[in-house]
Amino acid sequence: MRFIYQTWWKVLAVVIIFYTLVAGFLLGVPRLPILHETIRNTYFHVPMWIAMFTVFTISVIYSIKYLQTGKEEYDLIAVEAANTGIFFFVLGLITGMLWAKYAWGEYWSNDPKQNSAAIAFLLYCAYLVLRNSIDEEQKRAKISAIYNIFAFPVMVVLIMVLPRMTDSLHPGNGGNPAFGKLDMDNRMRVVLYPAFIAWSLMAVWIATIRYRIRLIEYKKNAIN
Amino acid sequence: MAVKAQNAQPVEMADKMRSEGKIYVVIGTIVIVFTGLAIYLFSIDRRLKKIEKEK
Repeated sequence: MRFIYQTWWKVLAVVIIFYTLVAGFLLGVPRLPILHETIRNTYFHVPMWIAMFTVFTISVIYSIKYLQTGKEEYDLIAVEAANTGIFFFVLGLITGMLWAKYAWGEYWSNDPKQNSAAIAFLLYCAYLVLRNSIDEEQKRAKISAIYNIFAFPVMVVLIMVLPRMTDSLHPGNGGNPAFGKLDMDNRMRVVLYPAFIAWSLMAVWIATIRYRIRLIEYKKNAIN
Repeated sequence: MAVKAQNAQPVEMADKMRSEGKIYVVIGTIVIVFTGLAIYLFSIDRRLKKIEKEK
């Protein structure tokens, strides 16, 4: 856990994001109808979801660790990682809606991808509501850890699996070409993959700051 | 006549920021925004470190 207090990976995240901001606008991209320059949104919209997956995964890992050990700190990590994940969830939804307005015609066209993302969002809101409804600390930690372990795979199925089994406007679904196959080339990959790493680190950084604040609050309450 | 002769020759100016539909200005803006955010996050991190050391 020493690593959360170190600086090098935070600097790395910032440097890589600067690179994607400049390269993302200047490097060439495929010329596609409808999308035009909005294809560059890929560099900023998709990393929000990757960052969300990263912190939600950390959240589940620490929920499992909590159930194994009963260490209160692990529960605090799980909550704050989930909180940060929800923040990036909202960013992903909003950037997706803006892009959808200009690519699909409507902010919200009840597309399977959009709808199931909205349901998954409610799933994680329920996690926070569940936590706040239980006063007793250990009971709260235990029940919400179990809920989290069930919510995570359901979220993955809702966002990654179900929309791909039906027709969807979103790339990678139904009969649509995925960015990975037809629409994207190596010029985009040199920006997109670093962006995934950098925004994931960014989300982890924010989650660690939230955890450290919560840890101080927790210790303060324990003394009194 | 003199003015016309001047216009005929391209004049060297610092036009990089105005080229390609002024996209460099947009890059400048988002880089400034992100610089601010990064500095803000680092300063929060530093303040937290101080509080943690007090304990």
